[in-house]
Amino acid sequence: MTAIGIALDDRDRASLDGAHGPAMQFAMRLVLAAAEILGARSLVSVTFAHIDACFYSGEAHVDFAQYLLAHGARLAIPAWTNNGVVSLADPDIRPEASDPQTVMGARKLMQLYERLGCKPVWTCAPYQLPGGPSYGDHIVAGESNAVSFYNSVIGARTNKYGDYLDVACALIGKAPYAGLHLDEERRGDILIRTDAIPDDWKNDNIFYHLLGHYAGQFSGRRIPVISGLPPQKTMDSLKALSAAAATSGGVAMWHAQGITPEAKTLDHAFQGGAPGAILELTSALLAKARQDLTSAADGPLDMVALGTPHFSLTEFERLMPFIDGRRLKPGLAFYISTSRHVRHEAATRGWLGDLEKFGATVIADTCTYYSPAVRRCRGHIMTNSAKWAYYAPGMLGVEVSFGSLAECVESAVRGEVWRDPRLWTNGLP
Amino acid sequence: MDERPAVIAARILHGGVARGNVLTLTEPLSFWGAFDPRSGEIIDIHHPQKGTCISGTILLMRETRGSGTAPGGMAEALRLGTAPAGVILIEPDINLAIGAMVAETLYGRSCPVLSVGEDDYAKLAQEAALEITAGGLITPLPRAVPRA
Repeated sequence: MTAIGIALDDRDRASLDGAHGPAMQFAMRLVLAAAEILGARSLVSVTFAHIDACFYSGEAHVDFAQYLLAHGARLAIPAWTNNGVVSLADPDIRPEASDPQTVMGARKLMQLYERLGCKPVWTCAPYQLPGGPSYGDHIVAGESNAVSFYNSVIGARTNKYGDYLDVACALIGKAPYAGLHLDEERRGDILIRTDAIPDDWKNDNIFYHLLGHYAGQFSGRRIPVISGLPPQKTMDSLKALSAAAATSGGVAMWHAQGITPEAKTLDHAFQGGAPGAILELTSALLAKARQDLTSAADGPLDMVALGTPHFSLTEFERLMPFIDGRRLKPGLAFYISTSRHVRHEAATRGWLGDLEKFGATVIADTCTYYSPAVRRCRGHIMTNSAKWAYYAPGMLGVEVSFGSLAECVESAVRGEVWRDPRLWTNGLP
Repeated sequence: MDERPAVIAARILHGGVARGNVLTLTEPLSFWGAFDPRSGEIIDIHHPQKGTCISGTILLMRETRGSGTAPGGMAEALRLGTAPAGVILIEPDINLAIGAMVAETLYGRSCPVLSVGEDDYAKLAQEAALEITAGGLITPLPRAVPRA
């Protein structure tokens, strides 16, 4: 036991006493400080980490990683990297000259985490790669959409771990046994019904971005339970919901009745209790969500941004028929952010060549909504991502229009925002 | 009436000593994205105190706004000397405490992070300046202190 009443095994005790070197002692102290603040009585073994501290936010991040490497840090578990501020695969999309300190610092930081032994996947959607965690696994993640997806869709268990603590847990192989690691903390708080929304709408991916945005706004940090969703053919809609709800409200976990693993029934999701509030999603609320995510009036476009969180192989598959034989309007930029892994898979299917003919640029390791801006990211930009639409105006000073995948492609070809009458007049005000 | 200032015992999230003038935030602040460690100023356009410098203050806020990168914002502010002298919260926050711990190890500079109850928070928010001593004790100072 420590002075604060947290049970430690021999290896933890040795780390705390400095027997495994200063870096491991420091990591143990960080984990215990977090455990004390959370009121944990013990630590839980974790089997996987998705590291967010590789995302450059200043020189302190570089100094932290260098300190660990210089003082004997060793990872206890597999640790995959979140995306970086820059791309190591495509260095010229954020030229050094645009912001030398950030670009060089970000690159150095990513190289330090590779040296520490992290698996350099550089993606905010690690759940789209093979070999990740499974149902019931205790893990450590910090990227908000990944926390939301792992807890909700996979049924792995993680709190939202901030930078440094994520690395400390990966070094020690343990996390404070508190919060979403515990059964009772995963109970649904509020119920969101979607029965009033036409089924046609629920089959379009845009619905899940808007539903997620609404669910996050209403839930804050509570756990929403969503009912009335059709069975899912792909994971992409659940990814959209995870990301949007985590962005607008800080939702770290949600349930969908009959879809997510801890919500076979409503009773299962609420663990036998009753919802604290019940909400009915309406077409008007969806239209309002779209307005929230749109800062620009419809009109001429400068760029389209897809892939926040990173585009999946099934999203590429869905995109390909839309661009078939078409060409985007000259002068426009069209970016798709994804992981190295998925880009490689798309390349082996011949899709990258077709996308290049269309005029799209597929970038790996990073995302387009961070500052400094990627080349030609300015002006009026259209996206199909609620997360991108939420952050980019503040981060990059751009104007944003939010729309479906089909609307984004059609608008890119026309050079101005096109609205799909099937979506916005059929059932929506 | 007892004229002596009442000492308040806080919960220590990260210990240390500090003194400074009180700055009470009316809305929660995220230490990443909403705060610029280079200037020490609040930069979030949605924050009612945008433009206010938090450097060297005893910063009172009920809670933080969550961002996983917030520990980096705190550590970077301590590295650059733009951090608050101390932080007093109601809702305990791991991110600021971890950021302060990391900066203490890397740079030998720290910032105590404490939490108190609603009543004590309301009392502290009335003060011009506060001193935080080891053991998490918070003492009102009779007058504002000059900036270091």
